Amino acid sequence: MTSLFERLGGQAAITTAVDVFYRKMLKDPRVARFFATTDMNRQRAKQAAFLTMVTGGPNAYTGKDMRAGHAHLVAQGLDDSHVDVVIEHLGATLAELGAKPEDIAQVAALANSVRDDVLNRASPSTAGR
Amino acid sequence: MTRVRFDTTDVDVGERESVLDALLRAGADVPYSCRSGVCQSCCLRAVEGTPPSAAQVGLPPTLVALGHFLACVAHPQDDLVCARPGALAGAVDATIRERESIAADVVRVRISPNIPFVVKPGQYVNLARTDGLVRSYSVANLADEDGYVELHVRVLEHGAMSRWIANDAVPGTPVSLRGPAGSCVYVPGSPHEPLLLAGSGTGLAPLLGIARDALRHAHRGPIHVMHGGRTEAALYGADALAQLARAHANVAVTRCVLEGPGSDDIVQGRLDHVIAARHADLSGWRVYLCGHPDLVRTLQQDAFLAGASLDAIHADAFLTRADAPVPTG
Repeated sequence: MTSLFERLGGQAAITTAVDVFYRKMLKDPRVARFFATTDMNRQRAKQAAFLTMVTGGPNAYTGKDMRAGHAHLVAQGLDDSHVDVVIEHLGATLAELGAKPEDIAQVAALANSVRDDVLNRASPSTAGR
Repeated sequence: MTRVRFDTTDVDVGERESVLDALLRAGADVPYSCRSGVCQSCCLRAVEGTPPSAAQVGLPPTLVALGHFLACVAHPQDDLVCARPGALAGAVDATIRERESIAADVVRVRISPNIPFVVKPGQYVNLARTDGLVRSYSVANLADEDGYVELHVRVLEHGAMSRWIANDAVPGTPVSLRGPAGSCVYVPGSPHEPLLLAGSGTGLAPLLGIARDALRHAHRGPIHVMHGGRTEAALYGADALAQLARAHANVAVTRCVLEGPGSDDIVQGRLDHVIAARHADLSGWRVYLCGHPDLVRTLQQDAFLAGASLDAIHADAFLTRADAPVPTG
C-alpha cells in the first residue's frame, strides 16, 4: 500500500502543500502570533519535514526535536486549542491537494500522536483526541 | 565510481553510498539529520561538477541554479568538489577603479578584480581592505559584461569601511574581494513570469543588477521595480531606473517616500502599503526583496500572504553590524 505522501506526488507535492498550509496558518488570527518573528526560509524546511512525516513520507522526526522546537512557543501560551487549529488547516490543505477523507483522518491521527511532545507534556499521548 | 572533495576530505563514493555517507565515513564534519532528503540540514554546494538533480528536489530554484544539493540523497554521476552553502571562495586581489557619490549618503564604487571573478547580480561579496577590515556588499551590475564589480555603499556615521571608501579609497587603491555568496539571483527559464523587485535604500543595488540580468536573458514578463526611501534625497538611482524603463517596455518603476510630498513620479507612502495597493494578488509572481531587515521581513510575509509561493520569494536583508555575514549596502 503506497503512502499518502507518494499518492499526492511526493516531495514536489509537499512544496505546494507547505505554501497552502503555511499561508492558512499565517492568515489565522488564532495562531498567527506564533509566527511573528519566524524566519520564513527556516520555517519552510521545518513545515516540509512535518508534512512529509504526517503523510507517511521519509522522515526522521523525533519527540526530542518536537519538544525542543516548540518549547519557546509553549512558553508563549501554545496549548491544545492551537494544535487543533494546526490539524484543522492540515486537513483543509490536504483536501485542497486531493486527499481523500480517510487519508485526512489518518494524517490527523498521526499529527495527534505528537501532540504531547509538541506541548511538552510528560505523559504518553492519551490518543484519540 | 565518483570522487567527492569537501574541506580537506577527498573520498570515493561507493556504489550504494550517498555523498553524505562517503564524507562521514571519511571523517568529514557535515551537518545532517533526517538522511532522507527532507530536513535539508546536509545541504552542500557543488563548486565543481554537476550534482544529481534528484538530490535537488524540494530546494528553491535559486539554490538549484547555484549548485546546492542534499548530500544525504546524492548519488553523483560526476566527480564533485563541495563547499558549505554559505562558504566564501578565496580572496581575489582587486583595485578600486572608480568612485562617485550618487546620493547624499551613497557612494558608487567600481572595483576591478585582478583575475576573473564570477558573481551573479544580487549576490554579495566581502570587500576587504589591506589591513583586514571586511564588509559585505551586494553586487549591483553584470560584472562579467562590465568587467568590474559595482557596489553601492551607504555611508554610515560611524562606518569604518564606508567612511574609508567615501573619503580615502581613491582609484588605484588595492583591496580584495571574497565570495560571492547569497541566493537572491535571477533564474533563467521562465521568461514570461512577472517579477516584483522591491527594496529600500541601497537595496536598489541588487535589484538593479537582478533587473539587468533578467533583461539580458530576454525576460519578457513584466518587471516592476519599487524603491522606497525616507525622503526624496534617499531615492538615488532615478536615472538608472528611468533608463531601464525607457529601453524596455516591460519595465515599470515606482518610487515612494515616507516623508515629504509626492510628485509626478514619486508616491507618498510606506513601501509595504504602496506594494499592497498595487499588487493585491501576487500569485504567479517571482518576488525579490532587498534592504532593511525589518522591512524585508514585512514584505516577505506580505508577498506570501498575497499569494506568491515561498519558492518564488527571494529576500536579502541588509544588516549594518560590523561582523554581519550579510550585506550592509
